[in-house]
Amino acid sequence: MVVPGLWCGVRLHATPVSMSLYLTELVLSHFRSHKRVQLGVDARPVVLFGANGAGKTNILEAVSMLSPGRGLRRSSAEEMTRRPEALGWKLRGGLVSLGQGHEVETWSENGAARQVRIDGKTASQVALGRIARVLWLVPAMDRLWIEAADGRRRFLDRMVLSFDPGHAEAALAYDKAMRERNRLIRDEVRDPAWYAALEAQMAEAGHRMHTGRVRALALVQEAQDQAETAFPAARLTLVQTEGAMPETEPDLRDALADSRARDMAAGRALVGPHRTDLQGVYAAKDVHAKDCSTGEQKALLVSLILANARALADRIGAPPLLLLDEVSAHLDMQRRAALYDEVCALGAQAWMTGTGAELFGELRDRARGFEVTDSGGASAVMERDLG
Amino acid sequence: MSSTRDIDALIEMMAKLPGLGPRSARRAVLHLIRKRALLLTPLADLMQTVAVTARECRRCGNVGTADICDFCTSEKRATGEICVVEDVADLWAMERAGAFKGRYHVLGGTLSALDAVGPEDLRIPQLLDRVMDENVSEVILALNATVDGQTTAHYIADQLEGRVRLTSLAQGVPIGGELDYLDDGTISAALRARKDV
Ligand SMILES: Nc1ncnc2c1ncn2[C@@H]1O[C@H](COP(=O)(O)OP(=O)(O)O)[C@@H](O)[C@H]1O
Ligand SMILES: [Mg+2]
Ligand SMILES: [Zn+2]
Repeated sequence: MVVPGLWCGVRLHATPVSMSLYLTELVLSHFRSHKRVQLGVDARPVVLFGANGAGKTNILEAVSMLSPGRGLRRSSAEEMTRRPEALGWKLRGGLVSLGQGHEVETWSENGAARQVRIDGKTASQVALGRIARVLWLVPAMDRLWIEAADGRRRFLDRMVLSFDPGHAEAALAYDKAMRERNRLIRDEVRDPAWYAALEAQMAEAGHRMHTGRVRALALVQEAQDQAETAFPAARLTLVQTEGAMPETEPDLRDALADSRARDMAAGRALVGPHRTDLQGVYAAKDVHAKDCSTGEQKALLVSLILANARALADRIGAPPLLLLDEVSAHLDMQRRAALYDEVCALGAQAWMTGTGAELFGELRDRARGFEVTDSGGASAVMERDLG
Repeated sequence: MSSTRDIDALIEMMAKLPGLGPRSARRAVLHLIRKRALLLTPLADLMQTVAVTARECRRCGNVGTADICDFCTSEKRATGEICVVEDVADLWAMERAGAFKGRYHVLGGTLSALDAVGPEDLRIPQLLDRVMDENVSEVILALNATVDGQTTAHYIADQLEGRVRLTSLAQGVPIGGELDYLDDGTISAALRARKDV
């Protein structure tokens, strides 16, 4: 289901309190290293510091589970359950979204798929996406620009999803129809009508995916162009592994039909949005992101996350929750300070982690600080002043 | 050996029914035993009868107790319209809504290569025969808005193109929303606003 209102809606101007999105409370029960942790926070950014393995990223992962999908580690519900007990886990978040308070609960029992409840009522993950928009940057993404295309595609689709919660449905429908068609190919079925029926589904969902991506990139690009920021702008383009992406639904359907013989030889579909890659260029230097230094690559990612957040603030009236894991790694002191200033100016509740409190000194009372420690096999969390 | 073995076995069977779990199955069995004459015995008799008489209509796939069901024999239902549904539960949902006056065709599933269900595993060839034999003027594709449901609708439309008027339920049927779960008003509205495919 696409929400057209989102794309063409009135532009809302960010004002601090009513137009914001933040957690007021987060409770983790038997989630990874946390037995039971309750964090009370406010609209300000949240800093989590402590030794490696203390359980900081686990808290960020918990926040990411308040949005649709498998969270920032892409783990199964079963992997998140605290061991050795393995009883299942539960998360509860008090969330303020555009001036309205919500209670979001998500949990998994006996390794089953997770369930969601919003304000006491069973809800879908799409519904979750409408109230809690979350973007993240984790150390595993440091190599995003140089590794395989699927990591960039996931990054891209997270951006699209942040603007359009219906994007996940299009992607799921496309994937399902494609897997059906790949199976026909492998089983060497020769019924043209069956192929055509699946290609019609792929074209419908695939075209929605593609237009969603194009629009999201345009919005992020516009947000980059308009911003005064210490971070380098990236020029983003969608490229296909081979050939070009058909621009209309009928074109995509025809391309799939034309590709049948080749697909049979390859054993899978060779055209479509599953073969789209995101190409980034460091605009000021006109250098491909993959050829930039490690620090520059990271700065580009930070820049994109911030631009995405600004674009969202502009479209829906509130910036998303930001999860910035080990964000200060690869950023020098000036960039770090600039990041904190920009996050605060944006009014985003950014959840940031690092090994020591000194990395966040510049934030002082603009953020809430918590120290995470390992205390006898379970993570403990204590509030601390930041410098 | 437990003295409640038969009752435990009954509870276990009941718990396999859709909508029932072990807890509700235990409660249901206890209730049946307490109302032995009023519920348990008549229920057991009826189940025995239905176990023998229930069958699929040879023409449309509806479940009844005759070889050819009432919809297929009733002249009043010979309106020239056939409504194609995935499942008997969908047919019953359409009937509950009471908005459709023609005949049905139950496919018995949807096309899915991943689940090894092909056109010949569904009642698709029989549908094509009926369109030829029964003086059909319109085929309404009332399939679910899932990928498999829509693939199946597309497939059938392809086979029947040019031979008969083809329509589908109006959008407004929520994506993935299965017919059986929709309220009667939604079904009637979707039927009234059906469109050509
Ligand atoms: N399912 C689980 N049950 C218990 N502990 C877990 C589970 N999954 C991960 N952990 C523990 O969590 C710790 C890692 O936590 P993490 O949040 O990544 O640390 P950091 O503070 O470095 O970000 C490790 O000690 C790991 O053993
Ligand atoms: Mg970590
Ligand atoms: Zn019949």
